[in-house]
Amino acid sequence: MTNHWKDIKNADVVLVMGANPAENHPCGFKWALEARDNRGATLVTVDPRYTRTSAVADRHLQIRPGSDIAVIGGWVNKILSEELYHDEYVRLHTNASFIVGEGFGFDNGLFVGFDEATGTYDRSTWDYERGSDGYVRRDLTLEHPRCVFQLLKNHYSRYTPEVVAQIAGCSVQDFEAMADIVCSTGTAERVGSIMYAVGWTMHTVGAQIIRTAAIMQLLMGNIGRPGGGINALRGHANVQGATDHAIVAGILPGYLQVPHPQQQTLAAHLADHTPRPLVPDSVNYWGNYPRFLVSQLKAWFGDSAGPENEFGYHYLGKQEEDATWLSMWDQAYQGRMKGIVALGFNCLLAGPDVPRLTRAMSNLEWKVVIDPFLLDSAEFWGAPGVDPSEIDTEVLYLPAAHWIERGGSFTNSGRWAQWKEAAIDIPEGVRSDTSILSDLFWRVKDLYEEEGGAYHEPIVNMQWNYLNPREPTLEEIAQEINGYDLQAGELLSSFGQLRDDGTTSSGNWLYAGSWTEEGNMMARRGTQDPAGLGFHHDWAFSWPLNRRVLYNRASADAEGEPWDPERVGIRWNGSRWIGDVPDYGPTTPPDQAGAFIMTEEGVARLFTRGLVDGPFSEHYEPVESPTPNILHPEIPVNPAVRWYDGVRETLASSTNDYPYAATVYRVVEREHFVTSFVPQLVEIMPDFFVEVPEGLADEKGIENGERVRVWSARGEVEGVAVVTKRIRPLNVNGETCWTIGIPVHWGFKGITTGSMANSLTPFVGDANTNCPEFKAFLVNIEKA
Amino acid sequence: MDISRRDLFKSSALVAGGGLVSALGFDLEPAYAQSRELKISNARQYKTVCPYCAVGCGTIAYVHGSGGLNTVNSVIHVEGDPDSPINGGTLCPKGAAQMQLAMNPRLEKSPKYRAAGSSEWEDVDWDWAMEWFARKFKDARDATFVEEDDQGRTVNRCEGIGWVGSATVTNEDAYLITKTMRTMGLVYIDHQARI
Repeated sequence: MTNHWKDIKNADVVLVMGANPAENHPCGFKWALEARDNRGATLVTVDPRYTRTSAVADRHLQIRPGSDIAVIGGWVNKILSEELYHDEYVRLHTNASFIVGEGFGFDNGLFVGFDEATGTYDRSTWDYERGSDGYVRRDLTLEHPRCVFQLLKNHYSRYTPEVVAQIAGCSVQDFEAMADIVCSTGTAERVGSIMYAVGWTMHTVGAQIIRTAAIMQLLMGNIGRPGGGINALRGHANVQGATDHAIVAGILPGYLQVPHPQQQTLAAHLADHTPRPLVPDSVNYWGNYPRFLVSQLKAWFGDSAGPENEFGYHYLGKQEEDATWLSMWDQAYQGRMKGIVALGFNCLLAGPDVPRLTRAMSNLEWKVVIDPFLLDSAEFWGAPGVDPSEIDTEVLYLPAAHWIERGGSFTNSGRWAQWKEAAIDIPEGVRSDTSILSDLFWRVKDLYEEEGGAYHEPIVNMQWNYLNPREPTLEEIAQEINGYDLQAGELLSSFGQLRDDGTTSSGNWLYAGSWTEEGNMMARRGTQDPAGLGFHHDWAFSWPLNRRVLYNRASADAEGEPWDPERVGIRWNGSRWIGDVPDYGPTTPPDQAGAFIMTEEGVARLFTRGLVDGPFSEHYEPVESPTPNILHPEIPVNPAVRWYDGVRETLASSTNDYPYAATVYRVVEREHFVTSFVPQLVEIMPDFFVEVPEGLADEKGIENGERVRVWSARGEVEGVAVVTKRIRPLNVNGETCWTIGIPVHWGFKGITTGSMANSLTPFVGDANTNCPEFKAFLVNIEKA
Repeated sequence: MDISRRDLFKSSALVAGGGLVSALGFDLEPAYAQSRELKISNARQYKTVCPYCAVGCGTIAYVHGSGGLNTVNSVIHVEGDPDSPINGGTLCPKGAAQMQLAMNPRLEKSPKYRAAGSSEWEDVDWDWAMEWFARKFKDARDATFVEEDDQGRTVNRCEGIGWVGSATVTNEDAYLITKTMRTMGLVYIDHQARI
C-alpha cells in the first residue's frame, strides 16, 4: 500500500476493484465503511461478480474477467477529455511536461521497439528528449505534441465509453454512471482511494492494470495524500515482509538487484543500478544504491567483505534468465532441477495447472517440505489419480513451529512491521524455521570443510556471529537487518547513515530504524493519534523511517501548503516539514526538489520505461479469451508474455469447446489451504462449490445444489453448483458472455476434501512479474 | 486505565451474586452464589498478530500452564486487541478461530520420509532427517553449480535447487532464508507474492 489500512477512512471515494475486502480483509475493510459512514464517502466495486463487498457498496459495475485496463483506460480518457484532472498537481508532481523523443509511437497493438523474434521490446526507443545540458526537455504548457501529457491523451482517446462497454460487457450507461463517481476526485478538496488485490495482479497484463490505476490516481492528484493512494491488499500475514526481504527471484533485500552476468565487477553492477538525475532538481534517492548494497554485503559477509574482494560481490550468484515461480517449475518439468525446498507453502494447490505441476514435481530427485501440517504438497505422490509407484521423487517432511510459538515481526499490507510475542513453547518434536535453517547451514558448511566440493568460499565466509550459532534469536536477526555503524558499534537509526566504504552494515536498508539504540521500534504499542488521521507513529514501525503515507510531499502544493487543510500529510512551516515523517528532506524547502524522491525524474511517471511491455498500458485479452481483441485483432494478447515450451498446446484452441469465462477466488471462512485443518472453519464452509449464473444453469439444466463438472484444456473439477444471481450475463462484442466462479480452497488433505481449482488455470504469467493468469481463463460445464 | 477488565468482571460478579447490598455498605452476610470465574482469569496474555491475511490484526493470546519443566502451556483463547489502531479488537471468522489453528491435533510432531516409489511415510528422527537434507542439498549443489557460463563469465550460481516460501514466516526468518540461500548460490528463489 502507498497508504495504510486506517488511512482509508480519510477518503471521499473508495474504489474496490480486483479485490473483495469485505470477504478477504474484513477487519481492514471496516475503514472503507468508516469513510462511508463518517465522511459520507462513496464506496463502489467493479468486479466480475457481485461480491460481499458489492453488497455494502453504493454502486457496483460487473465486468468481464480481464477487461480491467479497458475500464480504467476509459476513466483515464474521461479525466483527460473532460479536464477532470488536478491541473496544478499534474504540472507540479508528474512527468506530464516531459518531452518524449522523436520516433516513439504506438500502432495497431504494438509500441515502437518490438522485436518479433524475441518477443521483447527495446526500451531505449521509449526515451525522453534531452536538452543541450543533458537534462530532459520539458514543456510546462503541456502543449508540445510529444510531451507526455499529449501522448497520454492521444493513447487513451481510443477508450471511449462505447469501446469500453463492448470489451467489458457492461452497458454504456452503467460504465458512465460508475465513471462519474470514480473520476470525481481530481480537485484539492476531494481524495479517492483504490483498494486492489490479486484480482489485478493475476493477469498477463497485471502490472499494467496497476499502472493504469496509478496514471488515473496521479491525474486526479490522489497519490501521497491522506485518503488517497493505490492500496494493494496482500493475502498472507507476511507477504509484504517476505517480499521486502526478497524471498523473490531477481532481487535482494530492500529491492536491490541480483547481479547480472554482464556485471563482472561490483563497479559495473553499481553503475547499472545507480541512476542519474534526469532533471536538475531531482533528489534521485536511488543514487544511494551503492551504500545500500555494500552495507548489505557487510551484514552477510562481515570481515570477509572488504574493498580487496569487492565486498564479497562475487559470492552472489549472477543470473540472467528469469527465475520466478513458473520458470522454476518449468525447469523441474524439463528435468533440470534436482531438488526443491518448500517452506510454508502448499505449492501443489497453489498452481497454476496442477497436472503440469504434478509432472514437474515427479521429475525432481527430491523435495523437502517444511510446514506445521502435512499438506497436499508433501503428498503430491498420493494425490487422486496419481500412482505412487511411478514417482521416484524422495520426499522429506519436517514439522515446523507455528506463528504463535515464535516472536518476530510480520509486515502488513500497510507496511507496518509489528513485533509479536511468542505465546507458547514449541512442542517437542517440532523445530523453528530458524533452527532448521541454521542446522542445514552448519551441516552443509561442515560437509564442504570435510570433503570440499563446488565453489564454497561464500558459505565458509558467511557471517554467522550469533550468540548461539545453532539457533540465532529473532532479536539478533532483527538487529542485523536494521544495521550497525561498525566503527561506533551502535545500531543505526536511519538509512541516511549508511556508507559505501564498509564501515556500516544493514541487512535491509528499508528496515533501518526498526531496531535502534532506543530499542525495538516494531514492538511499540502507543495508541496516540494527535492529527486524527490514523498515522499512529508510536504503533509499530512503518518502512521507510516510520513514514505512514508514501510520497507525502505530493500532499502539498508548490509552497508546501497542503492541498486540503483538513487532511494534512505534511506541511512546510517555513523552516521544516511537520506532520507525517516527510518523504523529502526534513528541512529541504518545498521549491528545492521534486516530490517523488525515488525517481530520476523527481516527479511521478505517467510515462515509464520501467515496464517491459509498454510505457503506457494497453488492453490485451487474456491468453484464453471468449472474444477477439477489438482494438487490434492481430495482436490479441500481451506480445511480451513469456511462453514456456509446450504451454501454447495446453490452451483452449476454440471457444466452441470452452465457451465460458472463469475466475477463481477466496471466501472469508477460509484462507488458501491451511484452514482445511481448522474444524470450526471447515464446519462453516465445508465443501468445494462452483458458482453458476442463473441463466446458464437454466440452459444446462443445472439445479441449485446439484453436482457439476467443470473442465478446462488442462484439468477438471467437480462440485456442488451454487446457482446465483450474483453473476449476470454480459454482452461482449455483441455476444452473450457467461462467467463461472470457482473458489480455491480445497485439496485432498484436511478435514474435508474437494477439487483443486488450479487444475484448471493456465501456466502463463504477466509479462513483467510472471505472476500467473489465475483470474481469467476458459472452461466448459455440465451436470455431473 | 487503572481499573482492569478483570476488576470490572469481579464487580459484575458481585452484583450478580447479590452483593449489591454489601457494596452499598450495610449487609455483611456472605454471598452464597457468584458468577463462574472466567476461564481466562488466571491466564497470561501475549500480544501477537493474526497469521492469516495481511491486515495485521492485533490479537491477544490467553495462555494456561507455566511452560516450566515437564509442563505444557496451551492457548485457551484468542481475541482481537482492542488497542490496535488497525482492527480495534475486531476479528473475522478465521481470526476468531485462531485457537483451533494453534492447538490443533493435526499438527505434526515428527519428521517423515517418503522413499522413491513408496506409497507411505515413515517417521524418522531429526538427526537422520537433517543429515539426509544436508547431503542431498550439497550433492545437488555440487552437481549443478556453475562457476562460469558458456561465455566465460563468472556467475557462481546453483541451477539445480529451488527454494519456495514463505509469506507466512517472520521478517527475521525471511531475511535469514534469503541470506543463506543467496550465499549458497541459489537463484531459483520465490514465494507466495508471485502467485
